[in-house]
Amino acid sequence: MHPAPSVIIFTTFSGLGFGLLAWMGLGIPDVGGMTLLAFFVIAYVLAAGGLLVSTFHLGNKKNAIYAFSQWRTSWLSREGVAAVVTLLLFGLIALARIFMGADMAFSGAIGSVLALITVFTTSMIYTQLKTISRWNQPLTPVLFLLHAIAGGALLAGEVKIAGVLLAALAVVMWLHWQQGDARAANRGSLGDATGLGHLGEVRMFESGHTGGNYVLDEMVYRVGRKHAQKLRMIALGAGAVLPAAILLLTPAGHATAFIALALHIAGAIVGRWLFFAEAEHVVGLYYGK
Amino acid sequence: MTALPSKTDKKLGLVIDLDTCVGCHGCVTACKGWNTQNYGAPLSDQDAYGADPSGTFLNRVFSYEAEKSGCASQTVHMPRSCLHCEDAPCVTVCPTGASYKREEDGIVLVNEDRCIGCGLCAWSCPYGARELDREAGVMKKCTLCVDRIYNENLPEEDRVPACVRTCPAGARHFGDLGDPDSDVSKLVADRGGFDLMPDLGTKPVNKYLPPRPKDQLDTAPLNTVADEPKGFLGWLDKALDKL
Repeated sequence: MHPAPSVIIFTTFSGLGFGLLAWMGLGIPDVGGMTLLAFFVIAYVLAAGGLLVSTFHLGNKKNAIYAFSQWRTSWLSREGVAAVVTLLLFGLIALARIFMGADMAFSGAIGSVLALITVFTTSMIYTQLKTISRWNQPLTPVLFLLHAIAGGALLAGEVKIAGVLLAALAVVMWLHWQQGDARAANRGSLGDATGLGHLGEVRMFESGHTGGNYVLDEMVYRVGRKHAQKLRMIALGAGAVLPAAILLLTPAGHATAFIALALHIAGAIVGRWLFFAEAEHVVGLYYGK
Repeated sequence: MTALPSKTDKKLGLVIDLDTCVGCHGCVTACKGWNTQNYGAPLSDQDAYGADPSGTFLNRVFSYEAEKSGCASQTVHMPRSCLHCEDAPCVTVCPTGASYKREEDGIVLVNEDRCIGCGLCAWSCPYGARELDREAGVMKKCTLCVDRIYNENLPEEDRVPACVRTCPAGARHFGDLGDPDSDVSKLVADRGGFDLMPDLGTKPVNKYLPPRPKDQLDTAPLNTVADEPKGFLGWLDKALDKL
């Protein structure tokens, strides 16, 4: 699949923002006043900024308002609705906590659940696609949710919890690749796709078009597969293993937390790029790819 | 709503005969021509006369070669366009309601006034049947020439999709696949019409008719009877060798 920068930035940073909101709903970090305001600003810039960036790849932005209408069938629509509801609720929670000193414990807990639901709906946009067997597996939502709550815990300053969650993330990343490879290998052959397998071994004689087209650019993008193994090691090391080791093995401090955060974000971006770039769409079979 | 209708009154679709298709791409051209001038935004081209031309098409013909070991290979031309699936994943993933399936005839269409061009419907389609138009920024797909088949301003013989009307080989057939007594349904039953990638659960309406089996030569090739030239040619062969 074509790794559009807008979608990578959106899923990485809005996931991080909603992950932070999920912790803040529970009153973590336990701060008030201007410090709390600063935390809310960070969470909103990440969550809402990411959502805004996701509209950059749309072909026809003027109709964007309709995207909230089909929540009954469409995960993309559900995500839009969940994100807006979550951000509105946290807006009220932020006002009440910062300026009135209220606890907002109950609505905060609801906000936390909504933030996680938002991340889940994002993951389901990809998980639902039967055409991309690498994504169409139960671990995809787990991967997205762990990214969000681990990164959120790191931002919220819960370094030991973040360390444990990042270690869990490392395991899930590895399992997701193993499962994904097995599923991608089973996606069939040109003979299966054309239904001509009974005639013998089927090969492409001539493509339907000599030039490029949308389908090739968008769904038969194969650059990522060449260096997939190296990029996986980078994503796993920087995104999960190294920050987990730093957080769990060194004394807690701002400097180590910052290094762990920087590593995690860089690794998460590499991992998310690879998530798209190495995904095999079944339509590639018709092109013999 | 992008919910699929529980059932459609008709299942209009195409039956494509892979035995008869000669791969002339006439249907591709007729489709591009009609759909550039009619329903929705025109099918744009990019860099049409330059070094790297590309463009939006709703129908494309791929050519494949199938070979069993020891047998002659067989070339099969496969036109591919939207299959107007009964369980169309492109409809339910749409966040705006732009993508829909008509209850009256089962045609899957895009309402371009609602489409945001996110491309998720194209991702969900196993058949590569949807292409985002790069000029208009909206998703384009086969309309089954909805503006021809009911168009009473056209002579009756023209009230079929442009690809069917133009096919010089008679490889494309149009009709109601929900009616077991229709010509297309009988054709599918007679010739063993099949679905593309049925295991993905899309339940395509369009059917493909398999190529008829080709006969194979069952006699051995003739033995070589003249390895060494004789007579005049034999003399010429020796004379040239000595030169």
